[in-house]
Amino acid sequence: MAIKLTVNNQPQELDVDPEMPLLWAIRDHLKLTGTKFGCGMALCGACTVHIDGQPTRSCVTPVSAVAGKKVTTIEGLSGEAGKAVQTAWVGLDVPQCGYCQSGQIMSASALLAANSRPTDADIDAAMSGNICRCATYARIRAAIHKAAETLPAKS
Amino acid sequence: MHLPNIEDSLASWPPLARLVSNVSRRDFLKFTTIAGSGLTLGVVIPTVAKNGALTVLGVEGTPGDYSTPFVRIDTDNTVTVICKHVEAGQGVWTGLPAVVAEELDASWDQMRAESSPAQVPTYGNFAFGPKGNVQGTGGSTSMANSWDQLRHAGAYARAMLVQAASNRWKVPASEITVSEGVVSHGSGKKAAFGELAGAAGKLPIPKDVKLKDPSQFKLIGSEKRLPRLDSHSKSTGTQTFAIDVMLPDMMTAMVLRPPLFGAKMRSIDATAARAVPGVVDVVQIPRGVAVVARDTWSAKRGREALKVSWDESGAEKRGTDALFKEYRQMSGGAEAVKVDKRGDAEGALSKAAKVLDFEFEFPYLAHAPMEPLTAAARLSPGKCEIWAGCQFHTVDQANAALAAGLKPEQVTIYTLAAGGTFGRRATPESDYIVEAVSIAKATGGRYPVKLIWTREDDITGGRYRPATYHHVKAGLSQDGKLVAIKQDVVNQSIVAGTAFAGMIKDGVDPTAVEGGATEQYEIENAHVTWAQAKVGVPILWWRSVGHTHTAFVKEVVTDELAAAAGKDPVAFRLSLLEKHPRSAAVLKLAAEKAGWDEPFVSGKTANGSFRGRGVAVHESFGSVVAHIVEVTVTDGSVKVDRVVTAVDCGIAVTPDVVRAQMQSGIGYGLSAALYGKISLTDGKVDQTNFHQYRVLRINEMPRVIEIHIVPSTNPPSGVGEPGTPPIAPAVANAIRAATGIKLRKLPFDLAAAKAMKT
Repeated sequence: MAIKLTVNNQPQELDVDPEMPLLWAIRDHLKLTGTKFGCGMALCGACTVHIDGQPTRSCVTPVSAVAGKKVTTIEGLSGEAGKAVQTAWVGLDVPQCGYCQSGQIMSASALLAANSRPTDADIDAAMSGNICRCATYARIRAAIHKAAETLPAKS
Repeated sequence: MHLPNIEDSLASWPPLARLVSNVSRRDFLKFTTIAGSGLTLGVVIPTVAKNGALTVLGVEGTPGDYSTPFVRIDTDNTVTVICKHVEAGQGVWTGLPAVVAEELDASWDQMRAESSPAQVPTYGNFAFGPKGNVQGTGGSTSMANSWDQLRHAGAYARAMLVQAASNRWKVPASEITVSEGVVSHGSGKKAAFGELAGAAGKLPIPKDVKLKDPSQFKLIGSEKRLPRLDSHSKSTGTQTFAIDVMLPDMMTAMVLRPPLFGAKMRSIDATAARAVPGVVDVVQIPRGVAVVARDTWSAKRGREALKVSWDESGAEKRGTDALFKEYRQMSGGAEAVKVDKRGDAEGALSKAAKVLDFEFEFPYLAHAPMEPLTAAARLSPGKCEIWAGCQFHTVDQANAALAAGLKPEQVTIYTLAAGGTFGRRATPESDYIVEAVSIAKATGGRYPVKLIWTREDDITGGRYRPATYHHVKAGLSQDGKLVAIKQDVVNQSIVAGTAFAGMIKDGVDPTAVEGGATEQYEIENAHVTWAQAKVGVPILWWRSVGHTHTAFVKEVVTDELAAAAGKDPVAFRLSLLEKHPRSAAVLKLAAEKAGWDEPFVSGKTANGSFRGRGVAVHESFGSVVAHIVEVTVTDGSVKVDRVVTAVDCGIAVTPDVVRAQMQSGIGYGLSAALYGKISLTDGKVDQTNFHQYRVLRINEMPRVIEIHIVPSTNPPSGVGEPGTPPIAPAVANAIRAATGIKLRKLPFDLAAAKAMKT
């Protein structure tokens, strides 16, 4: 039976193996390839999407677990925090190979949506699940701080 | 460049010889137009003059032939630079357009980058050989190899736009100026490139052009950052990597490979695999068994359901502990060949006032790029198309042709952005590309096939940085001078038994030993040997290749010699660098910026942790990098607090990209220093994914990295790799300064530091 969910504000029905990780359903069946495969074990964060606003590793999340939920991928990233993060990413030229950056941006935007004034420790906690083999980490940290500056402080 | 002539090595490799002989040689500069669409500045085939400089031979034009350009100026006013090097994060899609934009006096906003086709000699890498017969990206050569060629391309384009304006406005060309993408004349006449491109493309070719004097550069070397041309696509999920390729009717494939290196398939039962929904084919290919399915998940499920029995009789079954035991025995033994011999090392050591003895072990390392190996292949009669983050175009083209049963020129490669490579996508046998083509062939070309490696395939799949053993004896004179070094290296040869075997000179694989102390320091008496280990574990160049271990040995040995001589580590190095002024200048700059001469208290702090500072300097790929690091060792783990880097890479075309590459090289090297290790037990790889093959994460990245670029007017040299070699020894030296622990194995084992806590 098809699984119903919302992806980037569009209702979708996925007639796939319910155990199929959301990652492959998004990529192979919805043709949204901005979300990347890196490890398949929730170790690297390249596949990070938002499920009902929460950053989630789509490579270990079965499609059946997201029935009725709202999924946001890099293609559908919007809202103040998401835009601020993307602007800062481009402004500081964070990406090198770029492959992990969708996941980095999804993690960073979820962090800023919840905490618009993150400390370095907050950034470590939110971002240490996302690996970058080009080691763009210094710029990722700087870009998160820069994005935060453009967001109103939350009380 | 100190690269061996790869081209000569490959010349006798049958698949390549065939490819080259089938390519028409066009040793000329070609300017052509695409009908109605603008100016296309075509083939610039430089040859290497006797002094090693690149020069353009001449000019030839065939209107309408748009086959192999370097620069394209379209009527929409965009300037596209066709890049023959893969963009794998190192910034070629920004650096190469910057070179053209400078000579063209273009506006940065109008610049675009795209990948060139796989085609030699047009897009050959002149760092690999003077004929341009090998196209590829490696040895940190992209900028060095393109520099002269693209400057000329930009300058010719500018001259032709100016001539077109001169003709249109009926004013002398000498009165026309070009700035920020606008061609103008004192009379007030102005035109954008796009307005002139069509007319410019129909003009005869200027005989020669004058390149700018570096003092005239506006974009090159400017600290006013040129935004990367790929930042937007890579920040919005819109950059296409090979794994993202979607072709009509395409299937996805995974390959089950032997569980041990060298094992062969005995029998296969694919019944259960074929029964997995979505699986459409199971085929045997030379490298394993491929499961072809409608989507990735089905391919993975199908592969898990395969029942294969393997013949392991010819497989490599040694573990890494056993290998290192053998390496120790082989070291300096009967099989060892001379790498370097000068003076009388043995005699000088016997007379030395002090002799220090070192043994070092370096593990196998996986490259682990974030995008696992992926390629798509489509076969049609007489044609093979490949989509990949291709790093070794000519070799891949030839290998793919063999696999497809076609001629190399019938293989088209579409080079996409690579999700990292660090050397992994440049393999002599084109493993992942050949797999994709083999599957397409075995399935009769019925559909395009996208091959995906999982992370487990990547970590366990071989092609590692070779495990390496070094034994060093170094002697000091009474007055604390280095008088002799005896160094014995043991590891596998990356090139032996491959098409690159011609790189072996006098029995020595240069990639196994490059970057040793005798190359980089003045040492009167030296004897260096290399023994080639024969092991069935496939190996490969890994970001900075031989320098990954030789730099560590050189810089840790030198540091301990300085300590034994009672000398300052920087001053001791400078005394060995009298004939290496570039290295000395880089080291001095790093020391000055790091405040090396200011007081720094090493050792135990009030809160029980240990603080230390360390230095290392190393030359590789034509550039010199020095790192000075400060570390804190707490409870048996090390944190790198600060890195001060100095780099001489010739002209830094895009300084921000140079800084990014230094940061990247530091992070990549720290992964290896702190965690990186592939080990084998009875021939089987122990690690499978990032939980066991640990890599650096954001909380472990040094919080302060300061990068200082040495001003230079020399042509650009490498930046992708040179930042990596000196970071691990700098950190090791800092840890020794902090704790006294002498690290001899990578990754660092700080158990002793934990014990010191009490």
